[in-house]
Amino acid sequence: MIGEKTITDFIYREAELLDTMEWQTWLDLFHPEGRYWMPLEWQQQDPVLQPSLMYEDLLLLKVRVERLAGERTFSQKPKSRCHHLLQAPRIVTCDPAAGVFKARTAYIYTETRGDMLERYSGWASHELVQVGDALKIKLKRVDLVNFDAPFGNIQLFM
Amino acid sequence: MKRYGGNARAIAALVREAEVHRDVYVDPEIFELEMAHLFPNSWVYVGHASQLAKPGDFITANIGRQPVMASRHTDGSIHVFYNRCPHKGVKIASEPCGNTGKFFRCPYHAWSFKTDGSLLAIPLKKGYEGTGFGDTQANEGLSKVRNVVIYRDFIFARLSANGVSFEDYFGESLSTIDNMVDRSPEGKLAVQATPIRYMHTCNWKMLVENQTDTCHPMVAHESSAGTAVKVWKREQGDSTETPMAVQLYGPFMSPYEFYEQSGIRIWPNGHGHTGVANSIHSNYSDIPGYLDQMVAAYGEQRAHEILGEIRHNTVYFPNIMVKGAVQILRNFIPIAVDKTLVESWVYRLVGAPDKLYERALMYNRFINAPTSIVGHDDLEMYERAQEGLKSNGNQWVNLRRLYDGHEEQDVTAVINGTSERQMRNQFHAWAKFITMGMDKRIEAAE
Ligand code: FES
Ligand SMILES: [Fe+2]
Repeated sequence: MIGEKTITDFIYREAELLDTMEWQTWLDLFHPEGRYWMPLEWQQQDPVLQPSLMYEDLLLLKVRVERLAGERTFSQKPKSRCHHLLQAPRIVTCDPAAGVFKARTAYIYTETRGDMLERYSGWASHELVQVGDALKIKLKRVDLVNFDAPFGNIQLFM
Repeated sequence: MKRYGGNARAIAALVREAEVHRDVYVDPEIFELEMAHLFPNSWVYVGHASQLAKPGDFITANIGRQPVMASRHTDGSIHVFYNRCPHKGVKIASEPCGNTGKFFRCPYHAWSFKTDGSLLAIPLKKGYEGTGFGDTQANEGLSKVRNVVIYRDFIFARLSANGVSFEDYFGESLSTIDNMVDRSPEGKLAVQATPIRYMHTCNWKMLVENQTDTCHPMVAHESSAGTAVKVWKREQGDSTETPMAVQLYGPFMSPYEFYEQSGIRIWPNGHGHTGVANSIHSNYSDIPGYLDQMVAAYGEQRAHEILGEIRHNTVYFPNIMVKGAVQILRNFIPIAVDKTLVESWVYRLVGAPDKLYERALMYNRFINAPTSIVGHDDLEMYERAQEGLKSNGNQWVNLRRLYDGHEEQDVTAVINGTSERQMRNQFHAWAKFITMGMDKRIEAAE
């Protein structure tokens, strides 16, 4: 039975997989129709007809992950690393009968590469669905507090 | 150590026929001179009239490093001013865009200005009686940029009082903007999306040159576009339709021969474009209903003419690039000698199906965003160049590909698409516009 703790554990586990760069296991957390969305506007409603920084399906996420390991991926020489510092997720919906599970998690995200270190703050919104006994990501939305600022390269996942 | 200021000859010597000296990318003094001379002497993009739909609407921008703003006046006309209060210099507008109502009001001492920039009121005005205020520049209100041309809703300005006229400066290169606008069945574009902003730690000219560098995609983007093609081949199963995303990435991997025959066209004053015969944008799927709309609007022949012109990147010297076929404009805004802010705008084709807008927005985030894997490939190269150029072993950047020994300058020509001639064309314009009037201005100052 999926309860609030299952959702919270799932979110911590997801961050841990990103921090330890277990990309394939991270991809496995996604539902086949899952999306990773990084809006570019305040309280954005539409990922497609409003501009986004990222709105990617599993195919595109696989491309990213495979690229990270590519022999000729020069922007990963040296490699990037990341660190997620999460606030305790706030459960928005936990409705096993309807199969709807949503949570919102404030975070500070750090991405480093070589001597560079960049820090970002925002909120992650997870929409999860139950597949068998497990949860899968239907939508992971990351809203940066300063979505409108110009950034340098963001190569990993928040 | 000042070596270049006021020395037009030393500056011109940085640009050889087919080589440029690294100081054009790394020397802070050269950057200052670009800000003082090159940008004011050039016609620079300020914004799009659709961003100023109603009276009182305003936008802010930079020409070189100078803050300017444009506004829609009560009578419908558009005005461009320097964004600084005539009193003590406070910026009048601090947001990228907005509506000021009937007038601008400086937040410091409440001087107010009509939306055409003229002085409206000053609190305690009698304190200026008999002070000679009427003879000062402040009495005129916000200082106007007088050389402004709005071409098919694209607002351009030249800060220098004297220089090349808009028509002579751009000439036939305006055909790319024409084509982009004509792609709307109503002949109209609209800015509805905030731009994607991407900070680059490199000189602004590296980005401009890269727009017509056709020998890098299959190399530098093997990691992104190449991987996209590979993953799709593996994952596609029996699906016959290539997703829009793969259609956008795939052509970056086209072989040298493709770029060779697709061609480059150069124009006078440093403008030019890739993709003359065809381009990486040529093979996108048709969007249902769009051709019918275009035929209804323009007639069969004209509609096909418009949609058959599928240029790749058009560089408008000095610092924008336009993609007519996917309705994108990239603005390479110089911040410092090694820092450039790139703002990438999408225009919606008014009256066209949503799918076209969806594709343009997708292209923009795939290629031009700080989260874009193609962007990561490119920025890595610029950063390495910015570092590498500090080396004294060789102080020249080589731009000799397909140089035939006696190139005419400021001409229109169509050439092999892997030529570096458009980069040479840009640097010829660079030397011309940075030194233009330089000696005279220095005499006047002395
Ligand atoms: S600075 Fe603007 S009113 Fe004084
Ligand atoms: Fe590139």
